[in-house]
Amino acid sequence: MNVNGKTGITRAPSLTNRRRLTLRRIAQKADQPVFFALGLVSLVALGVIFVFVVREALPVFRYVSPSGLLGPAWHPTSEPPLFGTLPMIAATGLVTLGALVLAIPLGFASAGFVAEIAPVALRDLAKSLLELLSAIPSVVYGFFGLTVVAPFVQRTFNLPTGQNALSASLILGLMALPTVASLAEDALTAVPKAHREASLALGASRWQTTWRVVFPSAFSGLFGAAVLGMGRAVGETMAVLMVAGNSPVLTWSFLRPVRTLTAGIALEMAEAPSGSAHYHALFMLGAILILITLATNGLAEWFRGRVTRHRE
Amino acid sequence: MRHRRSARARRVTEVVAFSLFGAATVAGLFALGIILYYIISRGGGALSWEFLTTFPRKGMTAGGIYPALVGSLYLTAGAIVLALPLALGAAVFLVEYAREGPWVRAIRIGVNTLAGVPSIVFGLLGLALFVKALGIGVSVLAGSLTLGLLILPLLVRTAEEALRSVPRSFREGGLALGATRWRTIRAIVLPAALPGILTGIVLGLSRAIGETAPIMFTAAAFFTPQLPTSPLDEVMALPYHIFVMATESPNAWKTKDLQYGAVLVLVGLVLVLNLGAILLRAHARRRKVW
Repeated sequence: MNVNGKTGITRAPSLTNRRRLTLRRIAQKADQPVFFALGLVSLVALGVIFVFVVREALPVFRYVSPSGLLGPAWHPTSEPPLFGTLPMIAATGLVTLGALVLAIPLGFASAGFVAEIAPVALRDLAKSLLELLSAIPSVVYGFFGLTVVAPFVQRTFNLPTGQNALSASLILGLMALPTVASLAEDALTAVPKAHREASLALGASRWQTTWRVVFPSAFSGLFGAAVLGMGRAVGETMAVLMVAGNSPVLTWSFLRPVRTLTAGIALEMAEAPSGSAHYHALFMLGAILILITLATNGLAEWFRGRVTRHRE
Repeated sequence: MRHRRSARARRVTEVVAFSLFGAATVAGLFALGIILYYIISRGGGALSWEFLTTFPRKGMTAGGIYPALVGSLYLTAGAIVLALPLALGAAVFLVEYAREGPWVRAIRIGVNTLAGVPSIVFGLLGLALFVKALGIGVSVLAGSLTLGLLILPLLVRTAEEALRSVPRSFREGGLALGATRWRTIRAIVLPAALPGILTGIVLGLSRAIGETAPIMFTAAAFFTPQLPTSPLDEVMALPYHIFVMATESPNAWKTKDLQYGAVLVLVGLVLVLNLGAILLRAHARRRKVW
């Protein structure tokens, strides 16, 4: 019976058909290498970032010696220009330290609340809201810092300007909080239930169990959370750009305006002619940021590795 | 007697300590509440249909945010279109093809590290590679490519999670029917993982639309008299618009209302997208019959 023109007779495949079959066979075998290549995309992206930023950064050594790069003065447009990055490295360290002083205790305590105490419904709500806190764009944090936090700091300490390291630290701390809290919560939840049960069975209170058993067992993960929170604070651009005051002067005071590495790049790139010493110097700031990122992520990764082994 | 007192002391310590934990959580959420309340109460007044659909006027001291809004949508959509195929491919490799080993470990570390690279560094890369080396210039395309790289790790992670949530038996069913591995993935695994992948897309949109630093040198313009007509044109973008109005304008105070309005629109978009992601996730979980 002929249905839809099918004759039931098997013909030798035509040349085009045969070619199509070969193509299909190749296609069947191609999926593995194709997906392997796609799998490498993030590594390739990292490599490209590294190569291009470093390539644009290295020519700065035509204008400044490696030790000059760590000098205390940043005057990119003076003659001769000075490219001492120390003020910006110090500023980045200062605001990051301030942010962590706020974010670590609050983040660990929130994590403790969510993981150890809160009933399930409250836990999900708190986690969702913390997620929202991390979803707010950094320019909005910057705007809030500029219009609310900085004037508040200015009034409280009676300063000429509220745009300083303290205001930046407050905003950055708030921004790093969800990162620290959610990673710390993961670390606490990963502690085996048996640890808690053993502690409670020995007569310890819930608080003693939390503080002396759960937190110490989660040490690696908590440390990793703190380190990634630090990475978030170091790399944040818009909020510090709008709130920290942007003065590239070496200082250790929280009440002075400061300029971080990120803010320096964002602020000056528009004024730096392409290919100029200043342009290359700004890419060098980017290269320094990449090094800090690699160091913090490496550290966090190492601690995360310890958590996994611990769980096994 | 002594024993009983110490038991009570223990109880007091516990209540105080746990209260502090609770207070810390409330403090963080309180800050979120203050920010949202502040922005909604101040920005609500500026919001109108006209604000969303007209160009800025009088040197950006009046008028609306239409071109910035449209520009942000172009940039964000472009970023997803460019990054999603790569991210999906990477996730399929990690879940469906790879075996645990040094490659997978290296890729994981790569994804995590990429997620930790500061956004301004993506801006530098976009400037050096897309704008200068490839000669694309400051444009929607260069900005979308840069934002695409930025959201790549987020898309890979969410897609990976979505694929992992599909039970093994689905794959075994497909393979047992004689389908090839790729056909099984395409016809069975990917459709089953779709809600999770969509969640990732929505979160990626939400992340990309708020980013400023990556587009500062690669796409964003202070002001354009018209919408971009090609992917090679500069665009205005909402977060950059907010930044410029709040800091660089010599009369920032004159535009306060416009700024609050623009911030409210941006926050509104991000919140709606995140709410969408939460609902999608809940829907995916409920729909799951396996």
